[in-house]
Amino acid sequence: MNGKKMPLSNKLYMLLGFFFLYAPIISLVIYSFNESRLVTVWGGFSLKWYQVLFNDEAVIAAAKLSFKIAFMTASLAVVLGTIAGFVLARFGRFRGSSLFAGMVTAPMVMPEVIVGLSMLLLFVALQTAIGCDGEAAGLLKTAGCYAFGERGMVTIWIGHTTLCMAYVAVLVQSRLREMDRSLEDAAMDLGCRPWKVFFVITIPLISQALVSGWLLSFTLSLDDYVLTAFLSGPGSTTLPQWIFSSIRLGLTPEINALATIIIVFVTVFVVISNRLMVSAQAKRDKAIQQAVAQGGH
Amino acid sequence: MIKGLLMRCLPKGRTLVTAVPYGWLLLFFLLPFFFVLKISFTEPDIAQPPYTQIVQQEENKTIITLNTGKYHTILDEAKAFAETSWSEAASNSQYIISYWNSLKLALITTVLCLIIGYPIAYNIARSDEATRNTLLMLVMLPFWTSFLLRVYAWIGILKDNGVLNNILMTLGIINEPIPLLYNQFSVIVGMVYSYLPFMILPLFSHLVKLDGRLLEAAADLGAKPWDAFFKITLPLSKGGMIAGSMMVFIPAVGEYVIPELLGGGEVLMIGKRLMDDFGANMDWPQASAVTVIMMILLIAPIIWFHRFEAKQMEAGKS
Repeated sequence: MNGKKMPLSNKLYMLLGFFFLYAPIISLVIYSFNESRLVTVWGGFSLKWYQVLFNDEAVIAAAKLSFKIAFMTASLAVVLGTIAGFVLARFGRFRGSSLFAGMVTAPMVMPEVIVGLSMLLLFVALQTAIGCDGEAAGLLKTAGCYAFGERGMVTIWIGHTTLCMAYVAVLVQSRLREMDRSLEDAAMDLGCRPWKVFFVITIPLISQALVSGWLLSFTLSLDDYVLTAFLSGPGSTTLPQWIFSSIRLGLTPEINALATIIIVFVTVFVVISNRLMVSAQAKRDKAIQQAVAQGGH
Repeated sequence: MIKGLLMRCLPKGRTLVTAVPYGWLLLFFLLPFFFVLKISFTEPDIAQPPYTQIVQQEENKTIITLNTGKYHTILDEAKAFAETSWSEAASNSQYIISYWNSLKLALITTVLCLIIGYPIAYNIARSDEATRNTLLMLVMLPFWTSFLLRVYAWIGILKDNGVLNNILMTLGIINEPIPLLYNQFSVIVGMVYSYLPFMILPLFSHLVKLDGRLLEAAADLGAKPWDAFFKITLPLSKGGMIAGSMMVFIPAVGEYVIPELLGGGEVLMIGKRLMDDFGANMDWPQASAVTVIMMILLIAPIIWFHRFEAKQMEAGKS
């Protein structure tokens, strides 16, 4: 569609829409500086809830675990999701390809309670099958018992990765589809092996999708409550679980402070990375155009 | 010549490459559903794991017991609905009411997201490139901040002494607080709010591809802007509307967090039923049966959606 000046009525509508999206976030930030314990009564400006938050060991432990899992999830999801996206975009039809395509994208729409419960039942069955009660024997059994013997970090990691690789795969797939294949073909013609073409040409060209995929996975994992609730065991409380139980126990202004920190962090980060990505993309497009023009196409 | 050599080597490499994500998904995504199906045919047991085994070895005999009782619990309720009055059946049923509420609220959420999201996506698609990037970022930004915290924020807004009631009372529109929280209204507000970006983004990506020349041609031929919108833009954005609706409807049916935090136990939805059976009641077979029936309800829209997506991709290729 071509760019046109937006009529006033549309501008007003957009303003209203964005107000709807941002009003809750703004109210969280305002009330995080509230002196009063009651969330809705203004008792003057204060930073005391930030102090309470930073001295709460349970939150800090939960945040540490969440960041650890999010980092592991994002890294593995990018590897698996990139391969899956590449298979979807480049391998065409093969036996079982429609099942594969279905399985890759299904976790994105499937209700999380379904995915969570089914994965939990698998892990419980694995746990029983391995039989971790007796003394450990062999490397495989020891590793199996470490991963599935009791639910915790590893099971949450596997669950989050399965969910997040779907998003990465879709990002990579759409990037590969709109990408100019001539560079890959040229490298192939010049005798580059497929593996080398993939790592030297394809990966750098889709790096933007990989970075967004990693960040998206990191955020999704950091934020996930339902899947984690099924897959975590005693002693592995993540940040969303701490938030959920705090809300259930009653409103605590501490959460407002936590929310504000997250919001500020995310906003700064997203704005900067968006700037960087847009300029990097423009530069890359220009370079490719120049290369093509010089090549006399 | 080199290409020919490569072609000969490729199949082996391809299989290997495909096997990694394929194997992962078979093991951690598809296989688990068979466990759900299996356990839905067992009975709860005080054991580790807390359900009976389907296959048992007894004195050299293999006994297979398929317990369908968990499905009967749900189906009997459905029968009761058919036989007695709505209010009577509703008062002593948990499952049917939950399924009904889930489908109803998910549908309302989808329609509202479509109505609210379409003009936003349309305006973003029609603005110039610099504005478009900023607006898209503004839609995405809330999505990057914690979902739980954004839902929690609505409690502060909708409470009896919350922001909204305070504003309305200060303005003199109402004299005493109106109950906005812990009912279907608050659940719908929370769901529309949380799922709106999932509607806007697919709509946007379809609308932005729309060929502006079609609209110019329509205008040249004397079509009024509204005519052109209904006859050209709306039909051509059908793909985005379907994709967005599915991205909202299917997860909304199983939503657990929003009714739990904003519904205050008043709004029974199927996600909550499942969590209760699984957690508090320790009845894993019942939770599994609930899941199987939810899957059956969702399988038609999911298959339809995948067919549609595959068709879109084929169309995009050529």
